Amino acid sequence: MTKVHVSTTINGQPAEFLCEPSQSLLDVLREDLQLTGTKEGCATGDCGACSITLDGTLVCSCLVLGVEAAGKSLGTIEGIAKGDELHPIQQKFLEHAALQCGVCTPGLIVATKSLLDANPAPSEEEIRYYLAGNLCRCTGYDKIVRAVQDAAKTMRGEAA
Amino acid sequence: MSEARDFRSIGQRVIRPDGVDKVTGRAAFGADYALPGMIYGRVLRSPHAHARIVSIDTKKAARMPGVLAVVTGADFPSVGSEEITGGEGAGNYKDLATNVMARDKALYHGHAVAAVAATSVAEAEAALAAIKVKYEKLKPLLDLDAAMADDAVLVEEGLFTSGLPEKPTKPSNVATVMELKRGDVEAGFREADIVVEATYRTPTVHQGYIEPHACLATINQGGQATIWASTQGHFDVRSSTAKVLGLNVSDVRVIPTEIGGGFGGKTTIYVEPVAVLLSKRSGRPVKMTMSREEVFRASGPASATKCVIKIGARKDGTLTAMSAWLAYEAGAFRGSSMAPGAMCVFAPYKVDNFLIRGFDVLVNKPKVAAYRAPGAPQSMYACESLLDELAAKLGMDPIDLRLKNAVEEGAQAAYGPKFNAIGFRECLEAAKRHPNYKIPLGQDEGRGVAAGFWFNAGMQSSAEIHINEDGTVTVIEGNPDIGGSRASMALMAAEELGVPYERVRVQIADTESAGYTNTTGGSRVTFATGMAVIQAARDIIGQCKQRAAATWGIDADMVDWADGKAIPKPGVNADVKPLTLAAIAANAGRTGGPLLGRASLNARGAGPGFSVNIADVRVDRDTGKVDVLRFTAIQDVGKAIHPGYVEGQMQGGAAQGIGWALNEEYVYSKDGVMENAGFLDYRIPVASDLPMIDTQIIEVPNPSHPYGVRGCGETPIVAPLAAVANATHAATGVRIRELPLSPPRVLAALDNAAGSAAGKAAG
Repeated sequence: MTKVHVSTTINGQPAEFLCEPSQSLLDVLREDLQLTGTKEGCATGDCGACSITLDGTLVCSCLVLGVEAAGKSLGTIEGIAKGDELHPIQQKFLEHAALQCGVCTPGLIVATKSLLDANPAPSEEEIRYYLAGNLCRCTGYDKIVRAVQDAAKTMRGEAA
Repeated sequence: MSEARDFRSIGQRVIRPDGVDKVTGRAAFGADYALPGMIYGRVLRSPHAHARIVSIDTKKAARMPGVLAVVTGADFPSVGSEEITGGEGAGNYKDLATNVMARDKALYHGHAVAAVAATSVAEAEAALAAIKVKYEKLKPLLDLDAAMADDAVLVEEGLFTSGLPEKPTKPSNVATVMELKRGDVEAGFREADIVVEATYRTPTVHQGYIEPHACLATINQGGQATIWASTQGHFDVRSSTAKVLGLNVSDVRVIPTEIGGGFGGKTTIYVEPVAVLLSKRSGRPVKMTMSREEVFRASGPASATKCVIKIGARKDGTLTAMSAWLAYEAGAFRGSSMAPGAMCVFAPYKVDNFLIRGFDVLVNKPKVAAYRAPGAPQSMYACESLLDELAAKLGMDPIDLRLKNAVEEGAQAAYGPKFNAIGFRECLEAAKRHPNYKIPLGQDEGRGVAAGFWFNAGMQSSAEIHINEDGTVTVIEGNPDIGGSRASMALMAAEELGVPYERVRVQIADTESAGYTNTTGGSRVTFATGMAVIQAARDIIGQCKQRAAATWGIDADMVDWADGKAIPKPGVNADVKPLTLAAIAANAGRTGGPLLGRASLNARGAGPGFSVNIADVRVDRDTGKVDVLRFTAIQDVGKAIHPGYVEGQMQGGAAQGIGWALNEEYVYSKDGVMENAGFLDYRIPVASDLPMIDTQIIEVPNPSHPYGVRGCGETPIVAPLAAVANATHAATGVRIRELPLSPPRVLAALDNAAGSAAGKAAG
């Protein structure tokens, strides 16, 4: 099989890679670009651990082909913090003990950012349905939902 | 030895030391490691649930492009029968080796029969397809009743039941029988005013950790191996891999990666020895990860069970006799969690007469592994459901019935020892008082209560504390941090040493850098490894006192340690200023060298954990769907070191228990093929399935721990099964004695009840 040359943008920086036509974007990110913050939990689009944004849309990167990244802009967990500073979502996940093992956390944070970018003041129900594609087996979601609510508040500029 | 004291660090909701790496994607889990020259290993798995392996032809596969090694069971050394000690759950190394790679028989669908290493995953998978295996299919045994029948086909030929008073004369699929009894159970039932009895069933379920099993292994020509593994216990990976491959323990180094959940399922080995052997054959580092489908089909789920419970009581609710008949599926090899299930089933109650019989039964399914309080959720679901039925018949509040019979300090547990200080009564009283217990319910809504119990473990732990030259503290220990334990270790070290939490960092070290430490399991880490950290800190304090004494020219016993400083005892006639840890560390070279504290121990006196859960559900009578409206988890944890992570254990356990109660099950075809081996069809709870989970932490200190800690991680999964089942009964008036309470099952039960009610009305 001949590899395909792909030019794309990842976390605001231009990037290039060679991939098999059948290779998933998740696999390219993890194995070829060493961006291992994006996790594989199922490779069938059921767990959300591989959540990234593709031109601003939240996707499971295991269901996207590497070649589909051509000309698009990708956002991964590695691009959420701004330099030395954690994003408020990351900070609130830490403060609320909203992670235990931490393997679903990158996907949840990417998904939460996608939610709050679109809806700065979601209800508990909206949070639960938006994040329903991101499985967490450790927390029972309670502290995740609270962290998201608190992060939303901070991002809206309201005092905690 | 628990001390009443005001804590400075303990009980604070601090940010975990490993937190930033876990919210930024920096933390490296099992599949995140790579080495130069690394290749990829994949496993060929049996398409049959039970078959004799007649031949395996790997010649074509070995010649495929990119393929660097192919192995089968014939390439592994023969491993003799030897019990596994030190790990979690029963087992035998011979079985473990045969589970890692089948020899003459495939014993379940998904059993490993060969493996390939190639320069890409795609090449490895293409090579698997080129391996020709000739099977002779055998009849698979798929449930307890069939496996326990007199004329059953044998999963393991020549297996004779152990635990019987006399050696049996013919082989059986029942590997072990266990009996616990006290008093005269028949007399106890005769004394009763009311006797209830029922049979309950639970399905095979999976721990459902989000990170699949993963490792990276390399071995040199001298036979020295290094393995990066996602595991709950890297010392167990070391001993098991060494045993399966015939290596010296000292030639296997295991480096624990961050672990993406385990819940007991990562206390054993699957791909690790295969990766080492493929590395040996190829001369390359080999990475192996399981797919999600492989995790379901070929790692260790929890036992399906059949439990028959009988309870006798007087009119006032006093229990006079209890009996339990508990059959647990072991999978293809002996060693289910039947024994702890049997030991837990009546543990919360005082009863003079009981008989418990447990059966560990082989079937053609994957070998079960530990799953959070292994064995207890199944047997206690049965008992706590039947107690609910009894309470209804007696016209008693279900909490009052439990209060009437609750064990307390000094009571002899059904499994043997006398209870020390325990908090069961406190949990029950808290539940009775809880505002959630009084919220009015609407149409088709119901409330259920159940209790949970788990022993909690102690076992062996080691810890070192290094005081760095600036006075900061490095704790080195050997328990993979599965849910925030670095934070609890750092809090305890900070508390003892009297330094701010932020100055303490915790390193989970590999098998060559940490003292031997048992697995992260049994809810033992904060208790036992925490105790080692406290002792290592006290070792440091002792040394600091000596250094200060030497500096001041006084006796060490004239020095106290307070607020992170050495101070002279009152009345010491010396004009000295207190010495901080930082000052002593800075001067360490001149007072005897580096400050290194150590402790290794086998922790005794793990305090048992009790819980009470209240579940409120609403049942949709048109679809049979059960929704949890409210969930209240109350648990005695002794002392919460980091309350946020303790609540997290309670909430996470509740969610897993709710999943077990309502949705989760392995669905098998008649041929023994799991038909729902993915997260779409094996549905674990998602965020929109659950409400907030209210927690109430009860703290009855464990007298065996300096701060009163008792384990807290496993107890939370025990009570939810019956709490949800009892709530579903309360909502519908229909008792369904089999899990999960999935929509089709609930709908069928409702239809059936309506049908018989209509029949009665017509008759």
